[in-house]
Amino acid sequence: MKRLAGIVAVVAGIAALAIVGIAPPAALVLSAVCAVGGFYALAGLAEIESRPAVVLTPALFAVLVLFLWEVLTRGFAIPMILLPSPGIIGAAFWQMLPELLQDVRQTVLYAAIPGFLIGTSLGLLAGALVDRSPFLQQGLLPLSNFASVIPIVGVAPIMIMWFGFGGESKAAVVILITFFPAFVNMVAGLGQASRIERDLMTSYAATYWQTMRKLRLPAALPFLFAALKINASLSLIGAIVAEFFGTPVHGIGFRISAEIGHLALDHVWAAILIAALVGSISYALLAAAERSVTFWHPSQLSGRTRPRP
Amino acid sequence: MNNVMTFRHTVPGWLRQAASIAVILCIVLAIWSVAATLANPAPSDPEPGWLPANWWNDRPILPSPPQVAVATWNGLFGYPVSSPRSLIFHAGVTLEAALAGFALATIIGIALATAIVHSRLLDKGLLPWVIVSQSIPVLATAPMIVVVLGNAGFTGLLPKAVISASLAFFPVTIGMCKGLRAAGSAQIELLHTYNASGSQIFRKLRWPAAIPYLFPALKVAMALAITGAIVGELPTGAQAGLGARLLIASYNGLMLLMWATLVVASLTAGLSVGVLTLIERALPRFRASQ
Repeated sequence: MKRLAGIVAVVAGIAALAIVGIAPPAALVLSAVCAVGGFYALAGLAEIESRPAVVLTPALFAVLVLFLWEVLTRGFAIPMILLPSPGIIGAAFWQMLPELLQDVRQTVLYAAIPGFLIGTSLGLLAGALVDRSPFLQQGLLPLSNFASVIPIVGVAPIMIMWFGFGGESKAAVVILITFFPAFVNMVAGLGQASRIERDLMTSYAATYWQTMRKLRLPAALPFLFAALKINASLSLIGAIVAEFFGTPVHGIGFRISAEIGHLALDHVWAAILIAALVGSISYALLAAAERSVTFWHPSQLSGRTRPRP
Repeated sequence: MNNVMTFRHTVPGWLRQAASIAVILCIVLAIWSVAATLANPAPSDPEPGWLPANWWNDRPILPSPPQVAVATWNGLFGYPVSSPRSLIFHAGVTLEAALAGFALATIIGIALATAIVHSRLLDKGLLPWVIVSQSIPVLATAPMIVVVLGNAGFTGLLPKAVISASLAFFPVTIGMCKGLRAAGSAQIELLHTYNASGSQIFRKLRWPAAIPYLFPALKVAMALAITGAIVGELPTGAQAGLGARLLIASYNGLMLLMWATLVVASLTAGLSVGVLTLIERALPRFRASQ
């Protein structure tokens, strides 16, 4: 029954896309059929626990939403300055790709990545230093709680006055944004190794560095990866928003604010699409690295296949 | 060593923490002061006083601590609250948008999480996308939201609130998904044996069990909502709000105004999150038991 609904949905969907340019009302009716059938069939797919179903359900869900977006924007003739259809955005993306890659190079290579590397390393280093002083640690928790709510991206104009309009000022913003998550997670991660484990290392006459390398840093890895993942998305956001304050003529943030000035919404969406792609790819790479390095940790072992209550 | 031990054992914990905070702040102030002394050229007509003359440079590269303190104080209390030069006025404009966005995000987030917890389709089909969207720079859409809503006839508060909400609903959704599933299956089965309906299970078990997860999520959401409101004021040349103030300071090279605005933005965010913490503490039976 649900399989039949799925087949009907696919046929209705293809038909709707085919005639939306000629007969919008008929296409809207067909798309309604497609939506009902599609979601009904997907609900059946969602019940299946197998690995392909777990991947397919969100993928088909997205396809269905994109389809409805396409047919509804075209069927109701929604003006492009409100919401361009996915097809138009895709075409703009493809056509602008060389330009967009240059923007990515400016934003990611010259701002986000240097800032990410410097800010994260400084944060990790500061965390490791503070770890040696229990007295300072006490005060750092409330202070870093406060730091985490500060809208740090507001320092962008100051950094532009100090370092100019180029990538350096954006990298400086990213350094400030990525410092605190790295710092807080390093302190918390180094606290993971228990008293008894540390005492054991002491009884082995292990030096500070040996205890760090063999016990405390491995135990801190889940926290360090949490910091890396947070910082990966924060550095992209920081670099893009800092570009809203002023840039040379490249960069994702520059592209977005320039194209919005021309009301070229399809180009804006294309720039957002490439930012989203960069963000998800970097997150996926870090998540893959985390799985290969911390495969032994409970957070990686359980939860993925276990059914939820 | 003996002294350290007695210090540790006789001084109450909060005082030791306060001393620790004070020490850290002093270190930061010391570094800042040295940097301000080194960075700024001396003004041509130095004012008499015991502080270094270049701490009062009118166009500083790095404003000195007392300069920032004076600028912030003047910005907050030097003008009547209704004056467009008062930072309280601008903070109010930003906070209004942020709170509207925060409320919107809380409602959307809780509604979405409730739907996800009750529907396998949304759980399997939508939740993965909500999680993926965490790694996407949503804030990049801010200029577009402002312009599109402006074209549709909405200006002022609403676009900023929408930007705030688009950032802030993620932590609420994900926190509440966890929270609404926090009730164990044994407890849910117990309510089933009482012949409880779905809405009764929600009201009497799932919702109370989710409250300890709600407040940490709300605090993250509040901080994001304020960042969203500030960034939402950047693209359109808004006249009021902390973001607009930052942009004006940026265009005119007013370093002191930038610093004062940032201090006020941080205070606004800190106070709003602090209020949430107080509300959380006022609900003792909902405190996290983990």
